[in-house]
Amino acid sequence: MNNIALAETTRIFDVEAARREFPILTRMIHGKPLAYLDNGASAQRAQCVIDAVNDYERHHHANIHRGVHTLSQEATAMYEGARDRVQRFINARSRNEIIFVRGTTEAINLVAQSYARPTLRAGDEVLITHLEHHANIVPWQMVCEQTGARLVVAPMDAQGEVHLEAVVSLMSARTKILACAHVSNALGTVLPVRRIVAAAKARGIITLLDGAQAVSHMPVDVQELGCDFYAFSGHKMYGPTGVGVLYGREQLLDRMPPWQGGGEMILKVTFAKTTYNALPNKFEAGTPNISGGIGLGAAVDFLSGLDRDAAHAHEDALLHHATATLNKIQGLRIVGTAPDKASLVSFVVEGVHPHDLGTILDEDGIAVRTGHHCAMPVMDFFKVPATARASFAFYNTFDEIDRLAAGIERARKLFA
Amino acid sequence: MELNDLYRDVILDHNRRPRNFGNLDAADASVEGFNPMCGDHLTLRLKLHDDTISDIRFEGEGCAISTASASLMTEAVKGKSREAALQLFDRVHQLLTDDAAPPAEGLGKLAALSGVREYPARVKCASLCWHTLASALKAADLNSLPAVSTE
Repeated sequence: MNNIALAETTRIFDVEAARREFPILTRMIHGKPLAYLDNGASAQRAQCVIDAVNDYERHHHANIHRGVHTLSQEATAMYEGARDRVQRFINARSRNEIIFVRGTTEAINLVAQSYARPTLRAGDEVLITHLEHHANIVPWQMVCEQTGARLVVAPMDAQGEVHLEAVVSLMSARTKILACAHVSNALGTVLPVRRIVAAAKARGIITLLDGAQAVSHMPVDVQELGCDFYAFSGHKMYGPTGVGVLYGREQLLDRMPPWQGGGEMILKVTFAKTTYNALPNKFEAGTPNISGGIGLGAAVDFLSGLDRDAAHAHEDALLHHATATLNKIQGLRIVGTAPDKASLVSFVVEGVHPHDLGTILDEDGIAVRTGHHCAMPVMDFFKVPATARASFAFYNTFDEIDRLAAGIERARKLFA
Repeated sequence: MELNDLYRDVILDHNRRPRNFGNLDAADASVEGFNPMCGDHLTLRLKLHDDTISDIRFEGEGCAISTASASLMTEAVKGKSREAALQLFDRVHQLLTDDAAPPAEGLGKLAALSGVREYPARVKCASLCWHTLASALKAADLNSLPAVSTE
């Protein structure tokens, strides 16, 4: 799809206006304009996010929740206001269902240790898929080791697609938890999560979706998805690092024991007994990442203010342009060709190791990810040690993709 | 920084046609090295004769810097005593990491690795094979060598 076709089929997305919101995009790298194509690892910050964090740090910082002084009350209102924004952003029923954590990894570990560990019995099964990020594999392996449960892995096909039937056929009376990615970080595959969750629910299986790669690309409605838990990170959706969200169904969160003990998560402490605080504080021991939470709230506002359909259409057009352009390069193979993909392209180039390619592209100001993308089982499946990955945001341009292609050609010549 | 300084002809040549690449039958020592950050891995096998490296070969999967470095290393240490090879390890390590490293005189083709110093993210690529070799040469018992990791 080219620019003109895009304009005809949908509202035009004003890329230049979007770019102006992100100050880092004007940077020069080795004398060339930055082409930031590593959004899957971490997206950039909008000016409003930077401003929100800066404003908090300069004018409102204090510890939250227990102070009666003005700053503490302001900081509390800002932090809790961010929770309300996140609740509306993913359409959770209650603000009690929004737990602030460090990121997706911590969210999944929280569920594994607080929900799964007391629940699982020897012989029970946790079902994941082959394309998961290590963060959605290792916490389950750990809890399986602790409980005697078994980790079951649903296969993907040669395109990197996970089929509903393949997942459903592995669900049994022993399956207690299903945990899968909404969007694969290594391949871009969008999983049929609504149908997977529905099938799991019908069998009484508790579901967790790893939404780290999804929230930046598509609207997420947890009620519509029907999942029990949904995990995502602030920094992949244009917010700060070190803050993320665990959404959990209130009924489940209520029943779960706290994960970490400390301040904030208690109502009353004596040496004989401690009474835990109500949701969401029960799961937020210690002083949280206050500025991070406030920055995340600003990122939510930013995304909510975007024409997300137009932004999505632009990202989709970038994906199509990148796929078509890279496929023309001799010796280049795209890894992950599922029909439904988010805007990222993982690839290998014959005779050019991804690591070398990453260095050569960087010399041209182009930032891509190279390596196993914390998804070593995916690399093993496709029999590659690593890939290069270009992952796009709505602020990327067709020209940046053309520069990427030119850089790859340059690397091919160097190693020919 | 200039890419040509990193990917010098010697590096490109040894990446394209790695020397001493493949299995080594009846090796006295076999040791594995991993770079968990990027997934590079190599297996180094060597024969020792009276404390001298009489033969050495490597195989594995890695980037051009890692492959060329291993290839150059095998050429450089073959025929050297343990001690001389370990001294060479120290010099190469210094070459890769120390901005105040003395000129690469006497290092021969290994001098081509000096460009890596300007690319901190790539130093581990070049040093993996050397750490792997050093671990084998320093080990008291060649039959139970632990794998080497750059992390």
